[in-house]
Amino acid sequence: MSEIVHTFEGYSAAWFGPEWGPALFLTVKTLLLIVAIAIPIILCVAYLTLAERKVIGYMQVRIGPNRVGWNGLLQPFADVLKLLVKEVVVPTGANRFLFVLAPMLSLMPALAAWAVIPFAPELVLADINAGLLYLLAITSMGVYGVIIAGWAANSKYAFLGAMRSAAQIVSYEIAMGFALICVLMVSQSLNISDIVNGQGRGHFAEKGLNFLSWNWLPLFPMFLVYFIAAVAETNRAPFDVAEGESEIVAGFHVEYSGMTFALFFLAEYANMILVSTLAALMFLGGWLSPVDSTFANAVPPILWLALKVAALLFCFLWFRATFPRYRYDQIMRLGWKIFIPLTLIWVAVIGIWMQTPYNIWSGS
Amino acid sequence: MAEIRNYTMNFGPQHPAAHGVLRLVLELDGEVITRADPHIGLLHRATEKLAENKTYVQSLPYMDRLDYISMMCNEHAYCLAVERLLEIEIPLRAQYIRVMFDEITRILNHLLFLATHALDIGAMTVFLYTFREREDLLDCYEAVSGARMHAAYYRPGGVYRDLPEEMPKHLPSPYRSAKEIARLNERREGSLLDFIERFTETFPRRVEEYETLLTDNRIWKQRTVGIGVVSPEEALARGFTGPMLRGSGVEWDLRKKQPYEVYDRVDFDVPVGVNGDCYDRYLVRMEEFRQSNRIIRQCIDWLRANPGPVIVEDHKVAPPSRVAMKSNMEELIHHFKLFTEGIHVPPGEVYAAIEHPKGEFGIYIVSDGANKPYRLKIRSSAFTHLSAMDFLATGHMLADVVAIIGTVDIVFGEVDR
Repeated sequence: MSEIVHTFEGYSAAWFGPEWGPALFLTVKTLLLIVAIAIPIILCVAYLTLAERKVIGYMQVRIGPNRVGWNGLLQPFADVLKLLVKEVVVPTGANRFLFVLAPMLSLMPALAAWAVIPFAPELVLADINAGLLYLLAITSMGVYGVIIAGWAANSKYAFLGAMRSAAQIVSYEIAMGFALICVLMVSQSLNISDIVNGQGRGHFAEKGLNFLSWNWLPLFPMFLVYFIAAVAETNRAPFDVAEGESEIVAGFHVEYSGMTFALFFLAEYANMILVSTLAALMFLGGWLSPVDSTFANAVPPILWLALKVAALLFCFLWFRATFPRYRYDQIMRLGWKIFIPLTLIWVAVIGIWMQTPYNIWSGS
Repeated sequence: MAEIRNYTMNFGPQHPAAHGVLRLVLELDGEVITRADPHIGLLHRATEKLAENKTYVQSLPYMDRLDYISMMCNEHAYCLAVERLLEIEIPLRAQYIRVMFDEITRILNHLLFLATHALDIGAMTVFLYTFREREDLLDCYEAVSGARMHAAYYRPGGVYRDLPEEMPKHLPSPYRSAKEIARLNERREGSLLDFIERFTETFPRRVEEYETLLTDNRIWKQRTVGIGVVSPEEALARGFTGPMLRGSGVEWDLRKKQPYEVYDRVDFDVPVGVNGDCYDRYLVRMEEFRQSNRIIRQCIDWLRANPGPVIVEDHKVAPPSRVAMKSNMEELIHHFKLFTEGIHVPPGEVYAAIEHPKGEFGIYIVSDGANKPYRLKIRSSAFTHLSAMDFLATGHMLADVVAIIGTVDIVFGEVDR
């Protein structure tokens, strides 16, 4: 494999000269890799929507879509086709440029964040040392899409939704950030591959019970805070006040139709997968197998990651089928008065713990 | 400096939580409601005026279409009013059937209340669970009257016909396997009463299911406790009735206070709330599920043991049987007169009210002795409750408005009439 790549690098240098050749080769190679990541993610999003409809369907004593394809397996493509051929309606009072820009701003960070996500050892587009920082920075960008969408549509419902969503995402970002700070404190690295590998070491890992060495156990409150904040970040039930079906109709994307709406939809589900993957990487040992046995080790690492992500995504759907929706001010109270103090205290606790002789992370 | 104005928002009529065609003009200070102004009339069909041009029996199906969630209860109030003007006593079996179907209707109504209330607050699953039970109850409607919603089953003088001896079954279909059909028909063996009895056996467990999802749920409590609080005095002053009044702790139930039909012969309790908030009204309705279930079971036992006529024998009020009509000149004349002219009601005026699932539902009729009412007035509880919207919602947040609309349990057919 690497030989073939090397050959192409040689061709590129031979054709475009020693100065332009390697640069062009790198650009094309990176673009191809981006496509190789983005397309499976979009496929995952498509099937997550189907999984959601099926899972919630069975929870609600019905069967979900089962007409298109075998048991409804082609439903996502039918949906995409429908949305593609629908007209994109731009309301009269809307700001045309911002109105069209907003969905793109919403989807872009959701996809860009995947650049630093390692899927297996060495299987990562950009193995940079500030990976976690990059992630926090890029995921914060998503809120611009929502605010601009709500503003540009020139609709009262959309505006209310955008205001709610902006306040909510900003508040939960803080709790989420502090929860991740605990992780990077114990890992002493911002590189995500290092964080995962760090979880493979420890007292229990030596005994073959790897899953007890993962971050979720010593950082259990942070794991919960992170996951709940992740649900709030992605505007999913029970924190879906930004969309609030029964209150503000569809919130910030009430005026969107066709493909512009589909982009918001894609962004929401891509974000769900992203935060679940992050939770799996940060707290559940990423691609590491839960026990040290021949069978578990034979499973490809990427499959372990996929299984963990799928389990977390199932929780997202489960929450949606179970809980009523919070009120806007109650979400704010939970974020500011409970999660942020809790995470701040836990950062201090971890800091002090690491200075004591009982530090369990000294080996890393 | 720019002037600061409150946000005015049009909530509905095209809104998922508007329960039909409610248009609320909300004045918002941020997300806090400073004024809620309900605009009604979008479903106005002039039922009262139409009734003045129709015979007494022709007006009956219009009653189904008032509160289209609790059809038979509307018919009941209308039939009671006509019967009181005619001064007739209906057969005991008809009274028991009416009470049983009133309580089935109460369960139907409260199921839909629960479904929409929960859906408005965001708990989607309860909605689909309650529709599973509604399906069975609507099948009962279908079995007695042929229609799943607008039954027109109660008639002045009794009920249209006796309960069927056999529950209709699912027929073979290309869309369902034979095994599936057999499973569905298993519960339909025997008479309608057997079917209803089977329902009453499983229903308390279903109520437990809803309660597991909601009653102790922290989010549900945060969304309903302390929302839309009505003091008992305020509730009485504003003319609240039904669960809206009982939720505030006033023990008022027409079934107990002014018993009609056989409510004085059946055993049931009237639940009341304490705080008068959305949560208490929810709890009151949950308890009414169980009480209605109790009443239905008592009615089933009585109806099993006591066969008999279900409509009066007076053929000036109720049509004669087909056989008699075909073989007997007098009955033929009765039949002809009844279906062309209708019932002649003595002059007078009457107000008949029943404990409708939503509150007091009353029919006021003025008769001048003709075959049509001179004037018909409908007293609907939803109209009274909706008029308190501003009082209930002011000071709460936008998200609470949908909880309050859910708790007042309005249906626009009844508000606009």
